[in-house]
Amino acid sequence: MSNEKIKAELEKYEAAVAKAIEKTPERKHLPEQRLYTPLDVAGADEYNEKIGFPGQYPFTRGVQPTMYRGRFWTMRMYAGFSTAKASNERYRYLIANGGTGLSCAFDLPTQIGYDSDDPISEGEVGKVGVAIDSLADMEVLFDQIDLGKVSTSMTINAPASVLLCMYIAVAEEQGVPADQLRGTIQNDILKEYAARGTYIFPPKPSMRIITNIFEYCSKNVPKWNTISISGYHIREAGSTASQEIAFTIADGIAYVDAAIKAGMNVDDFAGRLSFFWNAHNNVLEEVAKFRASRRVWAKVMKERFGAQKPKSMMLRVHTQTAGSMLTAQQPNNNIVRVALQTAAAVMGGTQSLHTNSKDEALALPTTESVTIALRTQQIVANESGLADVIDPLAGSYYVEAMTDRIEKEAWDYIKKIDELGGAVAAIEKGYIQKEIQDSAYKWQMDVENKRRIIVGVNEYTQEEEPPKGLLKVDASVGVEQCKKLADLKAGKPINKMTKGRDNEAVKAALAELKEACKKDESENLMPHILKAVKTYATLGEICNVMREVFGLYEAHVSL
Amino acid sequence: MENIADEVLKGNRLALAKAITAIENERENATDIMKQLYPHTGNAYVLGITGPPGAGKSTLTDKLAKEFRSRGKTVGIIAIDPTSPFSGGAILGDRIRMNDLAMDEGVFIRSMGTRGSLGGLSHKTADAVKVMDAFGVDVIFVETVGVGQSEVDIVKAADTTMVVLIPGMGDDIQAIKAGILEIGDIFTINKADHDGADKLQTELNMMLDLDGVMKDWRPPILKAVANQNIGITEVVDTFHKHRTHIEENGQLTVRRTERAKNEMLDLLDAKIGQYVRHKLVDSGKIDGYVEEIKSRKTDPYTVVNGVMESMLK
Amino acid sequence: MDKIRVLVAKPGLDGHDRGAKVVARALRDAGFEVIYTGLRQTPEQIAQAAADEDVNVVAMSILSGAHPHLFPKVVNLVREKGMKDTLIIGGGVIPDGDIPALKEAGIAEVFTPGTPTGDIVKFINENVKK
Repeated sequence: MSNEKIKAELEKYEAAVAKAIEKTPERKHLPEQRLYTPLDVAGADEYNEKIGFPGQYPFTRGVQPTMYRGRFWTMRMYAGFSTAKASNERYRYLIANGGTGLSCAFDLPTQIGYDSDDPISEGEVGKVGVAIDSLADMEVLFDQIDLGKVSTSMTINAPASVLLCMYIAVAEEQGVPADQLRGTIQNDILKEYAARGTYIFPPKPSMRIITNIFEYCSKNVPKWNTISISGYHIREAGSTASQEIAFTIADGIAYVDAAIKAGMNVDDFAGRLSFFWNAHNNVLEEVAKFRASRRVWAKVMKERFGAQKPKSMMLRVHTQTAGSMLTAQQPNNNIVRVALQTAAAVMGGTQSLHTNSKDEALALPTTESVTIALRTQQIVANESGLADVIDPLAGSYYVEAMTDRIEKEAWDYIKKIDELGGAVAAIEKGYIQKEIQDSAYKWQMDVENKRRIIVGVNEYTQEEEPPKGLLKVDASVGVEQCKKLADLKAGKPINKMTKGRDNEAVKAALAELKEACKKDESENLMPHILKAVKTYATLGEICNVMREVFGLYEAHVSL
Repeated sequence: MENIADEVLKGNRLALAKAITAIENERENATDIMKQLYPHTGNAYVLGITGPPGAGKSTLTDKLAKEFRSRGKTVGIIAIDPTSPFSGGAILGDRIRMNDLAMDEGVFIRSMGTRGSLGGLSHKTADAVKVMDAFGVDVIFVETVGVGQSEVDIVKAADTTMVVLIPGMGDDIQAIKAGILEIGDIFTINKADHDGADKLQTELNMMLDLDGVMKDWRPPILKAVANQNIGITEVVDTFHKHRTHIEENGQLTVRRTERAKNEMLDLLDAKIGQYVRHKLVDSGKIDGYVEEIKSRKTDPYTVVNGVMESMLK
Repeated sequence: MDKIRVLVAKPGLDGHDRGAKVVARALRDAGFEVIYTGLRQTPEQIAQAAADEDVNVVAMSILSGAHPHLFPKVVNLVREKGMKDTLIIGGGVIPDGDIPALKEAGIAEVFTPGTPTGDIVKFINENVKK
């Protein structure tokens, strides 16, 4: 059918709409366009170039040729709390129940490179994740888990190099060589500056550590995903869907730039870059976001960086459902939200997924609620049919038009960030933070003015009993952790160690690391950190050495 | 607190905070507090720090304060941010860059909003400076966004004023040059590791050359990278140099005399204005005048002259 | 009438400042002077800032679960500084079960997820001692 004929019919339809609206006005605050038609999307002649086929450039339809018809996405539940022992039990429970990958949550002192006995750690030990002070804790965390078989994702950024070295060291003890290890470290410092807040060092040394990791892993841990460039937290901080992918891809550009500047060949490391998206509430917009993001990244890698290997152009993504969209009110409703978000991530073509538990607006999840969240993924995979056909929403006039719109908005932002001197400069100027804050404020005002309805929060509210049975991390965890640490630092044996650590060896390894930090980026820090880790130097001791040389990041805040 | 001024003089930190609150809110006791404290002022050295938004003034002030501390001086900081003309609220965010500094007992930081009344602000700032002075602080920074006349007034409270600029401001520098050339005793190019620092220095030099007026103090143009602690000691040394200079040539006395005169006149203006306003409004006379002016029976100039004559005879 | 001054603070190591920033802006738009401290503040830093800035209100946000430890500590330190009338409020991911103990410790009110910013403004206006 020709476009003219469609246009003519569309005009007739619009006339009918005008009459209908007179009788029954439409709901307020709807998207501008009511209906999408073939006029809004590319014609068949543009299909190959613009949309293409799964596993082929520009990867709009997914990064693998068969997607979930081969195997489902990795069901990877983010977990960790309290002590290494308690978290180890939760990991083994998840694996026993069909979880197919591990995802480690660390407590805040660990994420910011402080030992549990540091005064600043008071009250935080074991709260939002597991406390790791040294290799001794890491040994317990992965006890009876075969690191040669499992793939492990670690949400760790500023001290990612240290935690990865601990993982390599535990594997070595298990007899698993580093080149067999599979997993991911988040290692994305730029979004920490922009949105998540667990930074330590200033941008320059941080970027050096990251490129050091890229280089070390390309040679020694080749199956490891060296970074998970994360939009998740940018979205959680309040950004829009377009901002989420735009700012994240801008961060990605900065990492690739840094690695190339450090002398690496783009195709040697780009295949190990991975991404991390949020699965938010608006199902169709999220699907469009996933599709647009793959197209943008493919073009960036091919056109901007001249990548040759298709793998370098693929945006492989882990997804987590939106924590900030969970409500403390009527928490059972969150099960439904998570199911819809799961559907969005699956129709968007994610490679792995964490589903949040219903009680996470209140506390850390209980085993029961984690099980429901995992079952949600299994239901979507096995019962819904959404995983049976590749990219099932392709060709939807609406979804294709929205994919184009989000792609365009992302390019506009990337251009603006380029003009500001790239992602690092844009963050130092506070530009990205300000854009996110403005969106967050607008969202809040929309909720307060009821332009946006959140069930149970600003509409359909009800009196309810305070929820029972929430998971609570006891304050004794901090005390216990500090006691263990004191023993370790005093050279007493703990855990499996047959004898205590050799404090002279620790001192020597830390001194060696300090000298390495002072050299330029061609000196790779990883072997030095690995050496220090193996002496059972603590995370805090190692990070303090780095702080002394690198200094601290001073946040840019503009409200 | 029984007597805030006494407590300030005893070195009670909370009293210092409360005294500034009284001044900011124009509380009834504010004048009494200032009367008691005034004899104890005149000892602190007051530094004005101004420059466009984003120039890194707070970070620079933080590092400068630390440098003064390492030289054994106590420091007071008054950080001023604009009040929203719409809501009357303000976000005062300068402390963020001074968090560890704030834990030093020899440092007192106070954030102030411009609160709409700009003329009143320079007066309030000057009083806050005096309270810190009487408290016994050695060096007081007054840090403010320098974009308009009002801010220029605020830095008049300073003995030495430093203008902070950054590379890459484009045409902005043209727009503000008239104001900044006049008030800057020292210019510091912050973020001097960024492109364009040399160009900015050249431009500034040219502008100072064109300024034409023969001065015995040619404002130095310094470079710093505040967040890396680069150039900080040089800035502090230059502060000292400028101070010695204006002490020796008598400029400091001239400036302080001028300031005392202006402050008195400002206070007088404010008091007379308030007095006249009260009289007019309380007596209800104002409505009659307005009516006559509106209907063009008379004009505001005649009315004001008449009021002045009747009230201030 | 005196202008109400509020210190918005993030105690502890938690980096989630979306809520704190949204609240800071909403309080500004309600006509308050808001002093924002940024992330990773120790209770000592918060108390010192509250006293030096002579604020009427200290508003803290914690999402990490460290509130049972950090909130009461801030209250004690603020009071030790002689700030007897300062209204101290908290918010974040805080289970209902923890609230009575926090109030007992001197937190005037706890605002949990989903609270409209207008409620916080109202609470401050009604409870602040001027």
